[in-house]
Order: sequence, then structure tokens, then C-alpha cells
Amino acid sequence: MSGLDATDLAILRILAADATRSAAEVGRAVGIGQPAAWRRIRKLTDQGILAGRRVVVDSAAVGFGVTVFLGVRLAAKGRTSLEDFERAVTAIPEVQTVQHVLGQFDYRLRITARDISDFERILRRRIMTLPGVGQVEANVMLSEERRPGPLGAPA
Amino acid sequence: MLDATDRRILRHLLADPDAANARLAERAGVTTASLWRRLDRLRESGVIAAIQSRIDWRALGWEVQVSLRFTLDKTDPRAFDNFIAAAREVPEVTEIQTFLGSVDLRLSVIARDMGHWQQIYRDRILTLPHVLDSDALMLVSTIKDSAELAL
Repeated sequence: MSGLDATDLAILRILAADATRSAAEVGRAVGIGQPAAWRRIRKLTDQGILAGRRVVVDSAAVGFGVTVFLGVRLAAKGRTSLEDFERAVTAIPEVQTVQHVLGQFDYRLRITARDISDFERILRRRIMTLPGVGQVEANVMLSEERRPGPLGAPA
Repeated sequence: MLDATDRRILRHLLADPDAANARLAERAGVTTASLWRRLDRLRESGVIAAIQSRIDWRALGWEVQVSLRFTLDKTDPRAFDNFIAAAREVPEVTEIQTFLGSVDLRLSVIARDMGHWQQIYRDRILTLPHVLDSDALMLVSTIKDSAELAL
């Protein structure tokens, strides 16, 4: 493990909620000075634990009212078919997330669309035509909550 | 309401959330001052709900990530509320989504290793209320993870 102490975990908790907090603000919140906070944030970034920023947009407010999670099974599973599928699916702009998984499906996709008919267009024209695609299961997302995760106690 | 400039800023911000503001302003074709003003307004109106740091759980020593899908017994009207309240009590749960479809709910759960996963699964997941059926998808790798929208 990366040898994090309680202060590091507290810093991760703060930045995971709001990445725009300055090193001075973070330092004040965890009871250390700005330079010490900056050094710790730098170390967490260098270790790859702080891995960039995520912008959370109210997608309905910008005209993307529908988010769908897709489970995809490939019809054939050679190494080339995985690579072909991955190359084609990541190029679809409406596909935000592609995860290779083990279980009932081979891939999990997260798709955003303007509305259900827009989703139908993406599904028919872009997803069903992907190389090697077999069974597909769609679930329309109703709500989503991100949790802070296990940052409570030092490991 | 959003105008074309707001959309352009959002598009560039979502495509490269780590870009410095000066860079973002340049790409969106606005001054830095105007970018600040517009970003403030987008945050105040809730269009930008949050800007968060991503945590790479694998880099932190959490090697296992599982997507758990549940079908609930909806004969009890409080099934969703009770299940979600109980899932929030499990620190290893990082995401909770509800769905319309054959799956009612999904949890993202992380564990340090397979032994730890087995322990969380037995002690915290199998004890969640109102579950009729569940299945697990074990993450092998993330190929793409972006918040981009075709704005």
C-alpha cells in the first residue's frame, strides 16, 4: 500500500467532493499549512491516486435527458474480435464508458442520449452494427448517486 | 438558458477537464475573464453540479471492482428506500444507480483483493434487504471513461 495517513485520506475526501479547493483551503480544513497541503496533494497526484478531474454536469439541463446502461455479449471471443469491438465502440461519441467485464456480459457501456428516440437511433445504427456484437441488454437510468468510498480510516 | 458560447465551453471542459482555464478560454474562443464569469454562472445555476477529483482506487490498493445488479421484491413499497439506505452504510459502495428495465438497481463495489471481496459479499451484500435476484460483473479493465456529451 501507498502508506497514507489520516491526513492524506482527509485530503482525498475533500478533493473528491470539490476539486476546485485551493491547497490553502484544503490545508486549513485538515489543520496543516498551505505548503504541507500542496506537497501532500502533489504526492497523491504523482502516485496516481488523484487521477484528474471529473466534471459533473446536469445532463438533462443541457438536453441529454436519457442515460442507458448496456450489457453487451460478444458473439465470438477471439483476441482480434475484442480489439475490433473496443476500437469501434470507443469511437462512438454518445458512449461515455466502456468496461471489459467478466460475468453474464463481456462489456458494460454507459450511453447518453437526448431522448428515447435518440437512444433508439444510437442503438440501431451504432451499437447493433458493432463488429462481433451478440446479445444486448439495456436499462434506462432513473437516478444516480456517487458515494465517497472507503476513505474513512487509514489503511 | 445556455447560449452557443456556454455549450462550447462545456464541450471543451468535458473533453479535457484538466486543462488550465487560460487554455480552455483559448479553445472556446473567449477571454479568461468571460470564461470565469460563465463558469461561475454555470455552477450557480447547477448546470455544472460539481467538479470533483477522481480517485484511482487501484492506485490506492483496491484491486477488485464489481458491478452488482439487483432485482428487488417490489411488493414492499419501501423496498427501494430501504435497500438504498442499507447500501449507503457500506463504505466499499462507490456508486448507486436505479433503473427502469429488467434490473432495478446497480452498485459499484470495491475490495482490496478477492478474499476481501468474498468477505464484503457475504457480510454486507447478501444481507441487503428486499433482494429477489442479483448478478455480478467483475471489472477486467476500463477502456473508456469520459463525461463527454455530444453538445
